[in-house]
Amino acid sequence: MTAAYLSAQLLNGLQLGVMLFLLAAGMTLIFGIMGLINLAHGSFYMVGAYVAATVAARSGSFLIGLGAGIAVAVVLGILVEVTVIRPLYRRDHLQHVLVTFGLILFFNETTRVIWGGVSPNMPPPALLAGNVEIMPGLPYPAYRLAISAVGGLVAVGLALLMAKTRIGMLIRAGAADRAMVSALGVNIKWLYSLIFGLGAMLAALAGVMAGPILAIEVGMGENILIQAFVVVILGGIGSVRGSFVAALAVGMADSLGRAFLPLLLSQFFKPTTVSALAPAMASTVIYVLMAVVLLWRPQGILVRRRA
Amino acid sequence: MIAGRERISVLLALGLFALVPFYGDSFYTALAAKMMIFGLAALGVDVVVGWGGMISFGHAAFFGLGAYTVAVLSQAGLGDALITWPAAMLVAALFAAVIGALSLKTRGASFIMLTLAFAQMLFYIVSSLPALGSSDGLGLAKRNTLAGMTLDDIRRFYYAVLLLLVGALALTRHLARSPFGRAVDGFRQNEPRMRALGYRADSYLLPCFIYGSALTGLAGALASNQMLFVAPDMLHWITSGTFLVIIVLGGQRTLLGPLLGAAALILLEEVLAEITEHWMMILGPLLIAIILFGSRGIAGLLRTESDEPTA
Repeated sequence: MTAAYLSAQLLNGLQLGVMLFLLAAGMTLIFGIMGLINLAHGSFYMVGAYVAATVAARSGSFLIGLGAGIAVAVVLGILVEVTVIRPLYRRDHLQHVLVTFGLILFFNETTRVIWGGVSPNMPPPALLAGNVEIMPGLPYPAYRLAISAVGGLVAVGLALLMAKTRIGMLIRAGAADRAMVSALGVNIKWLYSLIFGLGAMLAALAGVMAGPILAIEVGMGENILIQAFVVVILGGIGSVRGSFVAALAVGMADSLGRAFLPLLLSQFFKPTTVSALAPAMASTVIYVLMAVVLLWRPQGILVRRRA
Repeated sequence: MIAGRERISVLLALGLFALVPFYGDSFYTALAAKMMIFGLAALGVDVVVGWGGMISFGHAAFFGLGAYTVAVLSQAGLGDALITWPAAMLVAALFAAVIGALSLKTRGASFIMLTLAFAQMLFYIVSSLPALGSSDGLGLAKRNTLAGMTLDDIRRFYYAVLLLLVGALALTRHLARSPFGRAVDGFRQNEPRMRALGYRADSYLLPCFIYGSALTGLAGALASNQMLFVAPDMLHWITSGTFLVIIVLGGQRTLLGPLLGAAALILLEEVLAEITEHWMMILGPLLIAIILFGSRGIAGLLRTESDEPTA
């Protein structure tokens, strides 16, 4: 094990964390402000990736693909919010789960019908195709670095949006007391659609960026969605800052677990046992992390306990 | 909670199920057995979600654990249902005790996501352990025997399933009417009030969670016996979602609801699959419409307003 290996793993963790944050930020806002559990959030991630890959292949431009993926997801998100989600706000959690479960079945099957069983291929933009030597003896894919950079920029942008703009003020006010915001004359329906669209946008951005490094396939949204749920819980529901910290923690825990568990296990077990155990144990690291944090702070990392 | 009219409809439905092997061929018998098995799994979910008010989105884990327990024991040469089925319930109950104790530190949405996350964790473990067949799953050489008697004949297996379902329904009905069941119902309706009355949530909600999970584990054991095959998909969250769909479709807190919901969903799948291979494109929106426009469930249609528990 070398410093270079460790750095590469930390960068991988950062990149996974940033992707998780993009999903979790939207989910925690939708959850905290609208009180809605949205299982179908991963569908926007998937739709973003599929549309972007197809448009990028036709147009030859990654950026046009990116724009198209995000635009389609936002339109779809607002459409879904207005038609299906809006009647749900007054209903209970179980109904949220079931309706958004129905949405997943629909989106997954529709994607299968449109694109067939084939996974579209999406190369990274030519500019970022190579490796960068971030320190001597450590080449690292430029594209993965770019993902982390974009994610960081979005996090800063989101923080500014929440803290400095009128929209952000309304979102924070809506999270604190939606009845009062509504009574003060803010069109809460419009605000909800906007937040849902924003969430879909962030999810699609994550999906498009994931396109070149992960397989674009039906069900890709649900795999990352469940990790993002862990992030939302750890960060505390409704807390974007908490989500950011939790996303990085989960990303790091997952990458480091995958990288170092086999090494750790090989100290104690035979190689055959290690190759059987390590993948199983590595995929549970983040859930163990979640259980520990919940025992310690059930309300989330950055959220103060309510009396 | 359980009115006389409902008792009649439960007996009527079970009586109809008892007649299936006499009039249906082996295809319909197998289909009806599948309905009862999913009905039993969903009954366990309804105990937790409907009566306990704990929305578990991870019951597929217990279904799968029950199924894998049977498969692993069969490979080890233990093939009698008197050992393997209780073992399946025990394994499901043990995991439920741990997952339930941790998840019950939270309520509401966090509880939903925690149960989901723990179930996914088990899903990943099962699908990556070579000893459990990794993502391919395990096959069973033959069905379990019941006290030495073979269940290879689908009719015999069918009646074993029916008997267990009747037993589970009777026990659940008994528990729901007991002081324990009343207290669990109280927690669902108003937890602070129950606490103020001196009831400890851990002494009621956790046992309720474990009992419901054991029932779902038993259903998993039966499912592996019917299909002679177990796969990680049984633990997948889509299976958990399907259970929730079943209880909402059938009607929560009604004994018959899970069975009716399972029958309806399985029939619907069969019919839609005849129309198009992409039947989930129809099922998804249909589900949304059912929940948005009517949510009392099939069993809800059978009961009168006065039977509704007052909140």
